[in-house]
Order: sequence, then structure tokens, then C-alpha cells
Amino acid sequence: MRKPYIYFLKGRQLTFFLISGLIILSIALFLLNLIFGSVNIPINEVVKILLGNGSTEESWRLIVLKSRLPQTVTAILAGAGLAVGGLQMQTLFRNPLAGPSILGISSGAGLGVALVLLLAGKIGGVALSHLGWTGHLSVALAAFAGASLILTLVLFLSRHLKDNAMLLIVGIMVGYAASALVGILKFYSMKEDVHAYVIWGLGSFSTVSWSQMWVLFPIVVLGLFGSFFLVKPLNVMLLGEQYAGNLGINISLSRLLIILCTGLLTATITAFCGPIAFLGLAVPHLTKGLFRTSDHKVLLPAVVFAGMTVALFSNLIARLPGFDGALPINAVTSMIGAPVVISVILKGRNLRTPGV
Amino acid sequence: MEPKGQSLISTQSLSIGYNNARQGIKVLHSNINVKLGAGEFACLLGPNGSGKSTLLQTLCGFNPALGGEVFIDGRLIDTISNREMSFLSSVVLTERIAVSNMTVLDLVSLGRTPYTGFFGRLKSSDHQLVVESIKAVGLEGFEDRLVTNMSDGERQKAMIAKALVQETPLIMLDEPTAFLDLPSRIEIMHLLRKLAHERNKGILLSTHDLDLALQMADKVWLLAEGRDMETGTPEDLVLTNEFRHFFEREGILFDNDTGQFTIEKQKVKTIRIVGTGVEYKWVSRALARRGFAASDEPFSGFQVEIKSDGQRQYLLTGPSGKTHKLRTIEDLLAQLDHEEATFLTD
Repeated sequence: MRKPYIYFLKGRQLTFFLISGLIILSIALFLLNLIFGSVNIPINEVVKILLGNGSTEESWRLIVLKSRLPQTVTAILAGAGLAVGGLQMQTLFRNPLAGPSILGISSGAGLGVALVLLLAGKIGGVALSHLGWTGHLSVALAAFAGASLILTLVLFLSRHLKDNAMLLIVGIMVGYAASALVGILKFYSMKEDVHAYVIWGLGSFSTVSWSQMWVLFPIVVLGLFGSFFLVKPLNVMLLGEQYAGNLGINISLSRLLIILCTGLLTATITAFCGPIAFLGLAVPHLTKGLFRTSDHKVLLPAVVFAGMTVALFSNLIARLPGFDGALPINAVTSMIGAPVVISVILKGRNLRTPGV
Repeated sequence: MEPKGQSLISTQSLSIGYNNARQGIKVLHSNINVKLGAGEFACLLGPNGSGKSTLLQTLCGFNPALGGEVFIDGRLIDTISNREMSFLSSVVLTERIAVSNMTVLDLVSLGRTPYTGFFGRLKSSDHQLVVESIKAVGLEGFEDRLVTNMSDGERQKAMIAKALVQETPLIMLDEPTAFLDLPSRIEIMHLLRKLAHERNKGILLSTHDLDLALQMADKVWLLAEGRDMETGTPEDLVLTNEFRHFFEREGILFDNDTGQFTIEKQKVKTIRIVGTGVEYKWVSRALARRGFAASDEPFSGFQVEIKSDGQRQYLLTGPSGKTHKLRTIEDLLAQLDHEEATFLTD
């Protein structure tokens, strides 16, 4: 079997080659996301619309600007944000199974949403799922509140637990507790409300309107920006906390910032898009397999672009003509992502040696 | 206050142990008074559970002292920040580092962390130092090797290189030779001693390799439960019987002559060994294992004569007066067992 060309590249060349590849790919996927859908719009029209020159058909302009563009931008933000969160958690906990949802933040968001969706029907007698836009906003708010609650709890615990492994276990336990509460709520709820909750749980990039984008966009950009300031502690943390401490890193502060950064990204994205946890677990593995480095100076920008690419690709598949409307995004990411990640791991040369 | 520059490590009536929320304070050891100077290669010896790791962790500042004081480079350890400590002492821990996709170069480069800027980017002088250190520990040509694809000994050398590029006057290593085979152990100990002497670094390591420590250490620190810590040159400690006292357990004896542990036999039988040189040494060793002490008495039941001219041969004469010619020590021991058994039943 012939080895692909990239196997002969090394170091900076490889990094440069792959990063540019990912950028080109994500731009192409960005355009494809705007072109394809229930109505296919020609590329020159899409470009014209994007440049603000209007289009021959007003409906195309509306479709691109009001529906496809926010959805695509959401996919980009969610992909990049969750991938960065996943990378940070895998490094912080030195555990390849860690992801942005590992600290129970997604479960917290789920609990918030469950409280709103399931209890509202019980108490108010109105199923929120019928309320449309206001319903969406209150769901996002509830998710954010739930996620923030768990995040605050984890941050508080992280100051008192010296051991990362303990923190990891506590995070997972908190997640289970939240899921249990959701289970109880589901059990006593009306069918329609449970259905609405299940739909939220399947994830979607299409619920974010431009007005909500003003919340999602700045927070995700802030989180991504913040993560780049954590490159140095992240690199040293690969060796474990004691080595990191010996190399002059302020461990408790770095850990707090890493959790805060991931928590902010995960909480916000989960609030708007639902729990799309898989991206955050899979993309860092994919990236590490491709770039073959442990250096976060390379890995962080790499996962940002890889996250964008994967999210855009999944979104495109979810809306392929033939799937009426849209497939749930979680189904697509996991179905495409799982085999890809497995193949990357199996192809890796370090099959027998463990490591992050 | 300790005057600056006198010793890299010095402690005053230090107590070590752990402070556990539930079990309260558990003191493992108290009244520790030690010193380590620049250019000194010291080995910390002690049985499992005696608190070797805890002592090292306390000296590194990872664990708080339960009492007394630790001075690093003349400064009280509590007043030294993490950042300042990173310029004073570097550590190599027992934990096996397995990070996928990390090369030796990446690993050793991390040692420059205290000196690099915000993103941890290496300057060319840093890079130069990293390459030199990799060479100094004998890993030249391994720069691009993944740490997950290295033997334990090679990885340990890489960790030592990491400690070197940190450019600290003090290096502390927690059992760097554990999990290594004998040649690698010797190599690592040699390397560390060389670094201590050539680069004037204070190096402290904990180990179970008593014989290597005896041969190579400038100073030995002995730590055992229920005793005050003893320090000194290994020879002094042997001659003052400190070793013997420290490792005294039922049936185990530190032999001051050979510097080795011997298993004390209940009854010591004597045997006459006729021979010279290296053959004599190894035959007596084998016989000692069977509980026979070599004796020059003309006759004491058994006699072994070593013939080493041309072909190796051992002549064993038992109490019965019969002589057996034997080719190997293994045969000799078997015959001895046999003779002894028949002699006792008679």
C-alpha cells in the first residue's frame, strides 16, 4: 500500500500543510452549507448575497441570510468551541476519554432544560414546546443556568480538591445526579414535553437566530481567545501536576482558568445547540492523529479548524437533499465521527502504549 | 537563618509525614537534620514505607513540613514561590510519563518552561541547550523518538535531560533506577554522579540499590523507621556499623566485609576450602549460601579442593573420607547435600 504524501512531511511543514488544508476545507464546506439544502442556490448567487449585492431572487437572499448563514456560523462556533474544550479536558485530566461534557456541564444544561420543558407543562399548564421563539429562548436560558450552576459547583470543588482524578470523578458523579433528576422529571411528564426534551437532546444548529447570535458569538470567541493564553500551562500539564508545579506553573490558577474556559464554551454552546458532546471528544483525537504532536501551540489552532470542518461537514450531511428538513445533528456527528476516530486510533502507531 | 550559599539543602529538626483530614497528622519521621552541598551526589536509602518519597516531596516543596525547617539555597522553603523554586530545584519523579505524540525533544524542551515567554516558545539558545543536554545524557539521535516508544532506561535519561535544561543548582530524583535492569541502573547512577561532579550540581536521589549507592554516592542518607536519620560517607557508615544497625532484621545481616546483605543461617557449619583467587571467592560464596563458613582449620568435616590448572575441578572430601571429583559448582553443591544427608542419617 502506498503511503499518502503527508507521511513524508515533518514538523513545521506538516503542520503548515495540514492547517492550510483544514482552512481551505472549512471555507469550501462553509460555502457548500450555504448552497445546499431543500433549495439549491447557485454559488455565484450565494457569493453575491454574502457580499451584500442582493440576488435575482429575494427568497434566496432570505434563505441564505435568515436561515442558512446563522446555522452555518453556529456550526462553526460550536465545532471550534467544543473541540477546544475537549482538548483542554483531555490534557488537564490526562485522560483520552475526557471531553467538554466530562465535568457534568452538559448534564447540568440538560437538567435546566428539563426543568423548564417538563415542569412548565406541569405547573403552568402550557407546554413550552408550543410557544415557538420565546420557548427557544427560555430553553437556552434554562440550559445556560443549569450549566453555570454545575460549572460553579465544579469550580468551587476544584479549589478544594487537590487531585485531578478526584475532580474528574466528582464531575462525573454530578453528571449522573443531574441525569437522575432529569429521569424523574421525564417519568412524571406529559408525552409531548418528553418529546420536546428528547428533540433538544438530539442537538441542532438551526435554533440560533441572529438575535441570539449576539450572545453565542462573543462568548465563544472569548473562550477560544482565552484558550490560546493557556498554551503554556496546557503543555506542561501533560507531564502531570507535580512536574508542572516544579516548572514554575501556578497549578491552581491554571486549572481554574482551564475549567472556566471550557465550562464557558460548553455551557454556552450546549445552551443554544443542545448537548453535542461527541464533537468535543472526537475532534481532538482526530487532530492529534493527523498532526502527530503534543504541542498545544500547534494543537489548539488545529482543533479549532478541525472542529469547524467536522461540524460543517456534519451539518451539510444532516441537510442533504432527501432528508426532509434536517437530521438531528448528534446522530450525524456520532455516525460519521465514531468510525473515523476508530480508524485513526487503529492506524496510529502507538496502539499498545497508553497516553493522552 | 542559614547563611546563603553554604548548602543547597539543609534541614533543622524537620518532621515529615502527612496531614490527612480524616486521620489527622501522621508523623513518619522527625528530627531530620541533613545538608546537601553543591557538587555532592547523595543517595537516600531506606526500606519501603520508611518515608523516602515523603522526605523528597517535602524537600521539593510538594508536601508541607509537619515541623522544623527546610532551607533551600539558604532560604526557608515556605517563603519560596513555585516560580522561584523552578530556578532552584528540578525533579524527576517515579511516575512513568506516557504522552502520545510527544518526542524526546518536546519532553526535554518542557524543562525550559521557567525561562520561556508567554507561549513557551524556545529561543535558539534554549534549543541549543536542549540539544546539548540530550547529548549529555547519551540520547543523541533520539531527539525525534516518541517517549511512548522508548525503554524505561531511555525515558529516565530523557527526564534527567529535562531536569538539566532547567539549569537548577539542585536536582532531586525519586527512585530513578526503579524498574530498570542492572546495566541501566549502573548507567544512570554513573551519569548522575558525573553530572554532580562536572557541573557542580547537588543531586539527591532515593534508591533501593544499596550496593550501587555504596559504590558511587558521596553521601548516603539512611532513613529507617524508629531511628534518627543518619548521614555520612558510605564508608564511615559501614565502619561505624550504621548500615548493620539500620538493616538489622531477623535473619538479615549486613556484612561489613563484603558490603552485601547475607541471610543469617541458624547453624553455621564450617568447611575447609583449598584454593586461590577468583575461584576461591565464588566457591566460598556458593558454600556460604548453603550455610557453610569457610575455615582454615585442617579438618572440619568437609573439605573442598579447587583445581584450576587446565580443567576446572572440585575435589570434595566428606566426613566419610571419600573424595568426589566434580566439574561444576552446581554438582559440588548437589554432592555436598547428598553427603550431608547420608552423614546425618548414619
